[in-house]
Amino acid sequence: MGRIFERFEALRRNDEKALVTYIAAGDPSLEATAALIRTLEAAGADLIELGLAFSDPLADGPTIQAASQRALAAGANTDNVLAMVAQVRRAGATVPLLIMTYYNLLMRPGVAEFCRRAAEAGFDGLIIPDVPMEEAGELLAATTAAGLDLVQFVAPTSTPDRVRRASQLATGFVYCVSLTGVTGERTALPPRFRELVQETKRHTETPVCVGFGISQPEQVREVCQIADGVIVGSAIVRLCGEGGTVEELTGRVGAYVSNLKAATK
Amino acid sequence: MRELSQPDSMGHYGQFGGRYVPETLMSACIELEEAYNRYKNDPDFVAELAYYRKHYIGRATPLYFAERLTQHVGGARIYLKREDLNHTGAHKINNAMGQALLARRMGKQRIIAETGAGQHGVATATVCALFGLDCDVHMGEVDVARQELNVFRMRLLGARVLPTKSGSRTLKDATNEAIRDWVTNVETTHYIIGSVVGPHPYPMIVRDFQRVIGEEAIEQVKEQAGRLPDCIVACVGGGSNAMGIFHPFSVYPEVRLVGVEAGGHGLDTDKHGATMTGGGRVGVFHGARSYLLQDQFGQITEAHSISAGLDYPGVGPEHSHFRDQGIAEYVAVTDEQALEGMKLLARTEGIIAALESSHAIYQAAEIARTMAKDQILIINVSGRGDKDMVQVSRMMGVDL
Repeated sequence: MGRIFERFEALRRNDEKALVTYIAAGDPSLEATAALIRTLEAAGADLIELGLAFSDPLADGPTIQAASQRALAAGANTDNVLAMVAQVRRAGATVPLLIMTYYNLLMRPGVAEFCRRAAEAGFDGLIIPDVPMEEAGELLAATTAAGLDLVQFVAPTSTPDRVRRASQLATGFVYCVSLTGVTGERTALPPRFRELVQETKRHTETPVCVGFGISQPEQVREVCQIADGVIVGSAIVRLCGEGGTVEELTGRVGAYVSNLKAATK
Repeated sequence: MRELSQPDSMGHYGQFGGRYVPETLMSACIELEEAYNRYKNDPDFVAELAYYRKHYIGRATPLYFAERLTQHVGGARIYLKREDLNHTGAHKINNAMGQALLARRMGKQRIIAETGAGQHGVATATVCALFGLDCDVHMGEVDVARQELNVFRMRLLGARVLPTKSGSRTLKDATNEAIRDWVTNVETTHYIIGSVVGPHPYPMIVRDFQRVIGEEAIEQVKEQAGRLPDCIVACVGGGSNAMGIFHPFSVYPEVRLVGVEAGGHGLDTDKHGATMTGGGRVGVFHGARSYLLQDQFGQITEAHSISAGLDYPGVGPEHSHFRDQGIAEYVAVTDEQALEGMKLLARTEGIIAALESSHAIYQAAEIARTMAKDQILIINVSGRGDKDMVQVSRMMGVDL
């Protein structure tokens, strides 16, 4: 079993929940991202999603769209992000890493080739929001062959049958979308996500993590009462976009993430 | 006869199409597909659509024998399918009308759409005014600035125009924004997509509502000429007018189908919108697998065309399928050639076609010239050129 499974097992033993953090790779620079991975790891992030910027991120709200644009403008691409991660792994990072991106970036080099290279660089899983179960055949074969987990989504609009099938197909964790919408911070979560988490957990032993709209420690605590983990993206990405030196950036993000991590215990 | 092209149950046309959308939208796509299948042959729905087509849109549009153009070119007999004579001036309303009637039956009170030049936005705003539906149109900020007239038309019709500020701030980004809006408001909102693109069932639904073009043309050409045509020519951006006329004819392998893409500054430059003929590669974009313009890493590249309606880096999945199966052939015509096509039809027939349609006119003249005088070619004149006059006058050095 891989790093993601091991991490959730360890958390379970400690009676903690997972803090999953997202940053856009290459925003503001690949060097900053490498430093941020170590910062997030040290601050207690249990899993890290690295966004591989795509020109047309249709599941993302304004914050991550802007970060994707900045990353692309700064020259981030599949090759240099994988190389940066390989280097971070060689330097000793053990935190589970997932790529979050859109399917076209996998298709361009070939889905199997992309997965093979991602695993080789040190990634543990993939999150591809524009590939629903029905279209996941080629991707599943490729992630399985490469030894990568493939996260599946359940949403408030998913029918009971889809929730069941997605939870059973997911490896790594099940991504429970808290609301109907795109990524981005919200002041409150709609209460419906609770039922969705409970329904999902009835079908699978795979951990269930809740994302979209979460940025506050109180929200983290609320979600961690019922789910196995919480995913925070846009709030961290916003901090990344506030400028300054790499030290200032990692300082800001580290403090924020430590605070969130405390809410998962 | 060739078998009629239809998607499989998951919306695939061969390797193309499908449904590549976030999980949140899957149920909406399935709901739409079920509603469409329930109503498409429902006698009340069919009768209502027929009523509005005839009395509101002004169908059937004429199939007109372009005698002077035929003489000028000196080859095949050229007929024009006059989609420019539809209410709002283009074929776009065929689809907007069908989808609005569908949305009403689905109980959706709010309609959203994306638009580039504004033609689909105007068509959507029009049917929403007609049926009293709330209408929000997503339009790239760049397009809002350069298509003031259509922005004003939409607002006059009671629609809200929401400028898209992300990405390149053009049609592809407006489409992303419309999809995001749909994800967020999926329970109350129907998304009227403007071309044969997007996740299944959209390419099928839009095609079916545009098939009226080809169905009428078959009747009309048989009545006027006593036989089927030898060739059909239509422009292809997303490809809805082309699919609308191609699809009914595609069962006749003897009818040559030619789709004309935007060659922009030329296929040897990076300024074109020629997805299938200009080096596009198979990928996933806006919910479907199809050919698309992209760079070495899979980032979508910006298209260019003189005509905003062809300025799109993707193409409908069924066109990709038609191309790979040899059911239709595709070529590209440059900005300059399209302008020539516009002038040619204006001066020989007194018809000012849209810049989009002018691509087809140019190519049709080239093809007709090589055909025998007893052969027949039909051009789909998908829209009228009024919207393009300011731009064209500027290119001809005239300040209006």
